[in-house]
Amino acid sequence: MAIPKFTKLTTTACPLNIENVDTDQIIPARFLKAVERKGFGDNLFRDWRYDKQGNKITTFPLNDPKYGGEILVAAKNFGCGSSREHAAWAVFDYGFRVVVSSFFADIFKNNALNNGLVVVQVSEEFLNKIFAAIAADPKAQFEVDLPNQTFTICATGDKTSFDIDGYKKECLMNGYDDVDYLLSIKDDIERFEQSRS
Amino acid sequence: MGKTLFDKVWDAHVVRQLDGGRSVLYIDRHYIHEVTSPVAFLGLKNRGIKVARPQQTTGTPDHNVPTQDQDKPVTEEQSRKQLESFSQNCEANGIEYFKLGSPNHGVVHIVGPEQGITQPGMTIVCGDSHTSTHGAFGAVAFGIGTSEVEMVFASQCILQPKPKTMRITVNGKRGKGVTAKDIILYIISKISASGGTGHFIEFAGEAIRDLSMEERMTVCNMSIECGARGGIIAPDQTTFDYVKGRNRAPKGEEFDKAVEKWKTLASDPDAKFDTEYTFDAADIEPMITYGTNPGMGIGITKTIPSDEGLSGSDKVSFAKALAYMDFKSGEKMLGKRVDYVFLGSCTNGRIEDFRQFAQAVKGRKKAPHVTAWLVPGSKMVEAQAKAEGLDVILKEAGFELRQPGCSACLAMNADKIPAGMYSVSTSNRNFEGRQGPGARTMLAGPLVAAAAAVTGVVSDPREVFNL
Repeated sequence: MAIPKFTKLTTTACPLNIENVDTDQIIPARFLKAVERKGFGDNLFRDWRYDKQGNKITTFPLNDPKYGGEILVAAKNFGCGSSREHAAWAVFDYGFRVVVSSFFADIFKNNALNNGLVVVQVSEEFLNKIFAAIAADPKAQFEVDLPNQTFTICATGDKTSFDIDGYKKECLMNGYDDVDYLLSIKDDIERFEQSRS
Repeated sequence: MGKTLFDKVWDAHVVRQLDGGRSVLYIDRHYIHEVTSPVAFLGLKNRGIKVARPQQTTGTPDHNVPTQDQDKPVTEEQSRKQLESFSQNCEANGIEYFKLGSPNHGVVHIVGPEQGITQPGMTIVCGDSHTSTHGAFGAVAFGIGTSEVEMVFASQCILQPKPKTMRITVNGKRGKGVTAKDIILYIISKISASGGTGHFIEFAGEAIRDLSMEERMTVCNMSIECGARGGIIAPDQTTFDYVKGRNRAPKGEEFDKAVEKWKTLASDPDAKFDTEYTFDAADIEPMITYGTNPGMGIGITKTIPSDEGLSGSDKVSFAKALAYMDFKSGEKMLGKRVDYVFLGSCTNGRIEDFRQFAQAVKGRKKAPHVTAWLVPGSKMVEAQAKAEGLDVILKEAGFELRQPGCSACLAMNADKIPAGMYSVSTSNRNFEGRQGPGARTMLAGPLVAAAAAVTGVVSDPREVFNL
């Protein structure tokens, strides 16, 4: 079973300058009743995107036609709250391939990486530069280079490097899946079990 | 250099260490529920494999179950399908599960400990962030995503980066009317909703040692609300006494042998933590939250803080939270209108919580305009409450017990708080819309909830109940 491969991407970005975006906002609990992984993107940020009557809230960045692209840029502590992987699925299913923030909640980060959604953690200062670049030009382009672990604001050439676990980087670049890896070390696991009994 | 308790348990479960920091971690106990497991089961099916160690997994449906008429078919179609699929998956893979309505059924983080499945020194995971609850026993327990649930199904292991360690020491004795919930809400208000991110927290100090097992579970349960992967408390006599005699606990000589081993589970005196905080229990009063993350809590007699000192997105987020709650800086929390009261959840759905609530409201009446949902965490809690006559006390005061489930904590079932309404809730999250679209949540402990239920406004339980 493979995850989608990722190497390099140049695209526009959608700004979400809100802190502590929790997984109940990303995908409210009432949309977690599915038994398959389908259609979660439709309900991404459901209660921020639509009003009670189901009309689009036009001021919300995802509904604003001037923004688009495959990068979501959010303020600090993105993905806090529950462990629901549906949150990562929803972000990916909507069409984002990268989420940028100055700080990610741990479980969300793991969930994203396990699904081919790249998380790029940058400094608070660099994050503000990204928001400023989008404010100056909503069609501003950004480059995410996973092999070199860099994120570039194309218009200004401003570049920052980002950290990623070496194993996870390999997985993302090659589309490897953790379960396949764990199944491949079955003998080690059995030896470990025997050593404990 | 000595080892922390967390390091001791973690290191004993590392099967293999990968370059870049990830460990292949062996999992002793896996809990599952109906919401985060279906796609993992589907993944196994697509790979043509079955659950590798079904005897190490226990299931219970809780997030999506009705809390009334559990003996009748579930009416909501999607929920019913999810529950049916859960039963089928457990049966097809030989996994024991506690069926809705059966005597052992309940919320996953309540039933694991009460059955004695959760024990000191174990690694425990579940596709639910409040798995941190089980750390109260000196276990390394944390929430995982569905991909990781599939990893555990397939191999009984997960790949995981090792978190940093943090120790939070709470010294001294707590005051009257201060519950475990107040201690943890106080800690989160001090270190913020993200202050524990990347860490595993050991809770220590006299005020923590003084807690009962159920209270320790409340504290560890909310470790995730400051962003931590989990919380852990060194096991002691309180722990051993709790585990002894439970269904799945070791028996006789086996138990004594286990206790000898469990006694070694403590941080060495010279162990170093990456981060340390120290608080004084005497500074803690009954707490309540005023905003939309669990870090936005204050002592119940305090006023809502201002945004002074905040800038940029901090300031915007603070204003957004107050606008959602329709609160203003400088206002007192005391006297705020309360429409709903929720007692329950994996945070405060245990028998001691129901005793505390029932004893408080005994001889009083529920405020007429308040809707109260009292949801036991399990069938065993429900049965115990009835055996002790708590249901009668509650009925006389105008309350009734519902049936076990996660209920209004996440409002996935029909227990939704209507838009704009104010709820004093003993659950763990006050996020926008958490208890229903537009619902406004004030988190608190069972005593503050009881005071709100009888007065109809936010009240200090020490005054209302003469504590």
